[in-house]
Amino acid sequence: MSLLPKSPKARRRLMLVAAIAPVLALSVGLALWGLGDSVSFFYTPSQAEQARPAAGRSIQLGGLVAHGSVVKHADGSVEFTVQDQHAIDKVVFQGDLPDLFREGQGVVAVGAFRHDGVFEAKRVLAKHDEKYMPREVSKALKAQGEWRGDGSAPAYESPAKQGGV
Amino acid sequence: MLVEFGAFALALALAFSVLQAGLSAAARVRRSTTLAAAGEGAAVAAFLGVAVAFAVLVHAFVVSDFSVANVAANSHTEKPMLYKVAGAWGSHEGSILLWCLMLTGYGAAAAVLGRGLPRGLRASMVAVQGALGVVFLAYTVFASNPLARLARAPVEGQSLNPLLQDPALAVHPPFLYAGYVGMSVAFSLALAALIEGRVDAAWARWVRPWALAAWSLLTVGITLGSFWAYYELGWGGWWFWDPVENASFMPWLVAAALLHSAVVTEKRGALAGWTVFLAIAAFSFSMLGAFLVRSGVLTSVHAFALDPERGVLLLAILGVTAGAGFSLFAWRAPALSPGGVFAPVSRESALVLNNILLAAATAAVLLGTLYPLIREAVTGEAISVGPPYFNLTFTPLMALLLLILPAGPLLAWKRGDAAGVAQRLWACALLALAVGLAGYALVNPRQALASAGVGLGVWLIAGAAAEILERTRAFRGPAAESWRRLAKLPRGAWGMTLAHLGLGVFVLAAFVETGWRQERAETLPVGGALDLGGYHLVLEGVSAVEGANYDAERGLVRVTRAGQPACIAEPERRAYLADGQTTSEVALCYRGPNHLYVVLGERRGGEAAPVWLVRAYWNPFASLLFLGPAIMALGGLVSLSDRRLRLAAAARRQAEPQPQEQPA
Repeated sequence: MSLLPKSPKARRRLMLVAAIAPVLALSVGLALWGLGDSVSFFYTPSQAEQARPAAGRSIQLGGLVAHGSVVKHADGSVEFTVQDQHAIDKVVFQGDLPDLFREGQGVVAVGAFRHDGVFEAKRVLAKHDEKYMPREVSKALKAQGEWRGDGSAPAYESPAKQGGV
Repeated sequence: MLVEFGAFALALALAFSVLQAGLSAAARVRRSTTLAAAGEGAAVAAFLGVAVAFAVLVHAFVVSDFSVANVAANSHTEKPMLYKVAGAWGSHEGSILLWCLMLTGYGAAAAVLGRGLPRGLRASMVAVQGALGVVFLAYTVFASNPLARLARAPVEGQSLNPLLQDPALAVHPPFLYAGYVGMSVAFSLALAALIEGRVDAAWARWVRPWALAAWSLLTVGITLGSFWAYYELGWGGWWFWDPVENASFMPWLVAAALLHSAVVTEKRGALAGWTVFLAIAAFSFSMLGAFLVRSGVLTSVHAFALDPERGVLLLAILGVTAGAGFSLFAWRAPALSPGGVFAPVSRESALVLNNILLAAATAAVLLGTLYPLIREAVTGEAISVGPPYFNLTFTPLMALLLLILPAGPLLAWKRGDAAGVAQRLWACALLALAVGLAGYALVNPRQALASAGVGLGVWLIAGAAAEILERTRAFRGPAAESWRRLAKLPRGAWGMTLAHLGLGVFVLAAFVETGWRQERAETLPVGGALDLGGYHLVLEGVSAVEGANYDAERGLVRVTRAGQPACIAEPERRAYLADGQTTSEVALCYRGPNHLYVVLGERRGGEAAPVWLVRAYWNPFASLLFLGPAIMALGGLVSLSDRRLRLAAAARRQAEPQPQEQPA
């Protein structure tokens, strides 16, 4: 006990530090580890071509669904291609497409490239909003000069359509 | 005419809020009871003004007055009445008005119920609450007027997003906002205490009921939202670590920390500065939540009104309000008294550890939520932080917290007896270990982490039971004596035990559901079948159904288990007429606490041989996922009904000496 400071105030401070330090170290360590490993990058097809993410690494692939590319098979699988100005990627997906999935619209597919270069999507996101263009998609397309205005032909103009949550 | 009257009432409410802040501040400076009473009157008047405006907006929605821009954008004549009313808070403008209604409502309630508070503290609190009202009402009136008229009224409205047309979501925003904004009273009390320069046990006792009410309502709000996401999005999951979900979860975590640290301040006078800090942080996180949800700076899977320009305004409000709060804290907190001392093993220490872990968990969630923004600002790369990050950071911190939780309530204040607590809990630990090991050995497929989680859940539930047994001295004396003690347990003790029990139920369910969920997706023709978790599902037919404002395909899925009929599931796929959007209406079969979750997907194949994509999930213990938080919220309300927490009672008690053995 002789190592502990004499005044109760200082002793309490030491105790607090002793309690906080391991938790702090643990959470910082976990956070760094977690951010290093489980962050998924967003690529458009041409960015993916340059970055060449390893097969099996979880990423997000965003772009426009190419016109006429959507093939729905009776076994529940779907094929479509996602494109930007310079590149095009084939995507396969098993399951239900989101309600607002359309050809020519922006989409984000979450999944990983296979070794043969086909993107296998675990989830396909198209937002609940008809005007929705995923933010990353619109940004990346703007940078490429592909962007033409506010979404592709919304059914009507609405200032603030969505609500809730 | 009525609409203009409502807009006028709203402007009047802003004026009253200005008066409230000014008069109460003047009352504090001049120590005038007349001015203070006038300030409180202004608080009530501001609430009435917003209430009138809100009633007018609801009325406009009910009668489908499409000359109001907000109604035209969010309502439709064919929408069911519930959703017409709910549409009033479905849009950005309407939800901010709801926020103001809650804010002024809490302000008026705090002014009226705060009669027992010292005069200076009360005047300062009403003034701060008034200033908050000014900020948010000014935003509503000048930047987000919910009652703005259109030059030409359309014949028909654009309807509310069909996904939001749901009973759980109709009541979700009011609960959520009541929780968010309830933190404003704790914020005002904290700033008032800093202005007064005094934080003592009595102050902590005044903060606690407001924080408790807000926390309980927030719990209900988050649970409703999660339940909605569970059965309306049709993804089979209930929590996605989405920015919008995190936005509501962070204030909840901070409020939970606040509840626990306020206990220490109340009973022992310690941690005063930290409690004040948490009170400021809780409301700051609420505002951060509103900003994240409404500004759309983060990409979310959920729908909400995005408006980047007004998002900047909201960010400014957040910066000014939270900045003012934390600056005042930095300036005045060093003057606060440090409070009593306690041993390393004591109730205080357990609660300090609780706070450290909750704060670290909040920080982990905050980092994960904002990291995409930071990364994009620094490197320009677009990334997203997914569930793996949160599972890796949040879950271990929480697991640590849950491990020490049952010991906390059994420890004595000031100096605890570790050996005694271990003696009381060894049976619980053994039970938890046994259940965890049994889960690992017996349940197929084997899941080590999920089994450990199950053990943790059992540990919490058993710990809550052990605590009640300890309080009543059950099995250690005459039964009559135990019954007498049970009947005399204060509601605060019941509330705490219920909240901890609810947490245990939730933890148990979360691990079981995540660990042993099963999922199948197949395309089925009529007559086709799929097998899942011992159940046999046959798609017997698909019929066309006409709803109030939608057309639907309704599947008839007959479910049997080992040849015995189990249930009939009727999932729907709806096409809403107003905007052509389709949604999936999930069918839930309740099998005990478990859910069989059936989704009817797209129609595929030609007209001659149509097939439907049918997805089914086996979600064990799913009902308990929502029951657990409900028990927690109930615990909060039971605790709130404890008469020791009522403001007047607290004031009376201030003069009396404090009884010794008091539960948290």
